[in-house]
Amino acid sequence: MSWVLDNLDVIAGYTGAHLLQALPPIALAFVLSLPLAKLANSRGWLRTGVTTTSGLMYAIPSLPLFVLLPGLIGTGVRSPLNIIIALTLYALALMVPTASDGFRSVSRDVLGSATAQGFAPAARFWEVELPLAGPVLLGGVRVVAVSTISLVTVGGVLGVPSLGMLFVDGVRRGIVAEIGAGIVATAALALLTDALLVLLGRALMPWHHRRREERP
Amino acid sequence: MIGFENVRKEYPGGTLAVEDFTLEIASHEAVALVGTSGSGKTTLMRMINRMVDPTSGRVTIDGEDVAGMNPVALRRSIGYVMQASGLLPHRTVLDNITTVPVLRGTSKTAARERARELMHIVGLDPALATRYPAQLSGGQQQRVGVARGLAADPNILLMDEPFGAVDPIVRDELQGELQRLQRELRKTIVFVTHDIDEAFRIGDRVVILRPGGRIAQVGTPQEILAAPADDFVASFVGADRGARTLHIERIEGRDVIVDADGRAAGVLSAAPARGGADEDRADGTSASTAGQEPPR
Ligand SMILES: Nc1ncnc2c1ncn2[C@@H]1O[C@H](COP(=O)(O)OP(=O)(O)OP(=O)(O)O)[C@@H](O)[C@H]1O
Ligand SMILES: [Mg+2]
Repeated sequence: MSWVLDNLDVIAGYTGAHLLQALPPIALAFVLSLPLAKLANSRGWLRTGVTTTSGLMYAIPSLPLFVLLPGLIGTGVRSPLNIIIALTLYALALMVPTASDGFRSVSRDVLGSATAQGFAPAARFWEVELPLAGPVLLGGVRVVAVSTISLVTVGGVLGVPSLGMLFVDGVRRGIVAEIGAGIVATAALALLTDALLVLLGRALMPWHHRRREERP
Repeated sequence: MIGFENVRKEYPGGTLAVEDFTLEIASHEAVALVGTSGSGKTTLMRMINRMVDPTSGRVTIDGEDVAGMNPVALRRSIGYVMQASGLLPHRTVLDNITTVPVLRGTSKTAARERARELMHIVGLDPALATRYPAQLSGGQQQRVGVARGLAADPNILLMDEPFGAVDPIVRDELQGELQRLQRELRKTIVFVTHDIDEAFRIGDRVVILRPGGRIAQVGTPQEILAAPADDFVASFVGADRGARTLHIERIEGRDVIVDADGRAAGVLSAAPARGGADEDRADGTSASTAGQEPPR
């Protein structure tokens, strides 16, 4: 425990670095998955292609990808950019099929009736289709967030600063408390992010939560 | 006035939904389209607000071809009511009703004030204003649908099986409300249903469709009942089964109207006892029918 108390500043620094690598992939994957999923849903064969590619993408082990990526795109081996790009690819592999399901979950009757009310196509997307896909999209983002936060630790092996450095360093120097701190801090970060996402979902989609309450 | 001139609709993939349909619907008239599933009713209705464009032929409103109109603006000017599933599940009752006025640029406050009036008109408890559609009963959802269709005060109201998803008692009540509203508002209504009784009750004129949107008969309910054009129409309206045949039996000194199954349908009187022409129009008799109004 004393190790933890003595090194709070180190832990805080790694937590910050960890978040800086985790948040961009989560946000990027969410934003990019929307047009990609819409595109995939517009053609049957594209959708099959996207689902297959996503599955294959996820089968690539993360460590070799982190190692190979700098060679492919010309970044430094220890640059957090590698981690961000690789994790965005993984996050997309999870998020695009989920978003595609999300858009397909929206009732065609509701969309048809929105058109009949006189929503222009763009307004119909932003005001009807996107919010109604929201619950499924949120489910996807939650999985992506937790998995991304945990995958960032792999970069620690390569010396990219993150909470993963705590295990690597703890194992190398035989400090059990440091290893424990790494695990607990990563899990806490993941749980906290997930809780925030759930709260955000409640705030943005009150209709989804009130649905089963008080029916006449 | 709505005009269909030799309208044909072939969907991509080759389904011929409507072969060659011609009909004129007068302003302030309620026309009911009835036919079996797949006979092209929804397709015909959606050609009016350009949700579907005809493969050939023209659809006109007051003589102007809708093909030349901006579809979004056109839809905002026409009320559209469908089964309850068409409400926006993520918006409250009040926001559902204000959708079209707000799209048309009416201020939120003005639209909401009007929406509260409409809730009253269609018989919705004001306390339901902040509920979401999933928190309402089927009948309440349907009333919201009607209020939404009327919100922008359109001249034309398109109704696609609006009462198809509610139980018979609520349906009967909603049909009654729509008749009452129509007496006051006198919209041009196109009402799609596959329930012939509903068609006879709502429609000033009824169009009976065969598959392919082919017209089997057009006429007032009386005309169709009095002279079904052919066996298809006769069987559709139930005339062939004797289901519509009523006869008079003298019971306890009064003329009681009895249907084909021997059940009493009403009592014969010299003049309509209440309600006016609408209620007995379909039978063509002056009967005060028992059990037509559900218990409230
Ligand atoms: N978007 C579409 N693409 C291809 N075919 C369609 C489409 N919409 C309808 N059809 C076909 O056109 C025909 C008429 O359909 P329509 O929906 O107009 O029938 P309907 O009379 O409203 O039927 P229901 O009573 O079941 O609602 C059907 O054979 C249907 O399968
Ligand atoms: Mg239909």
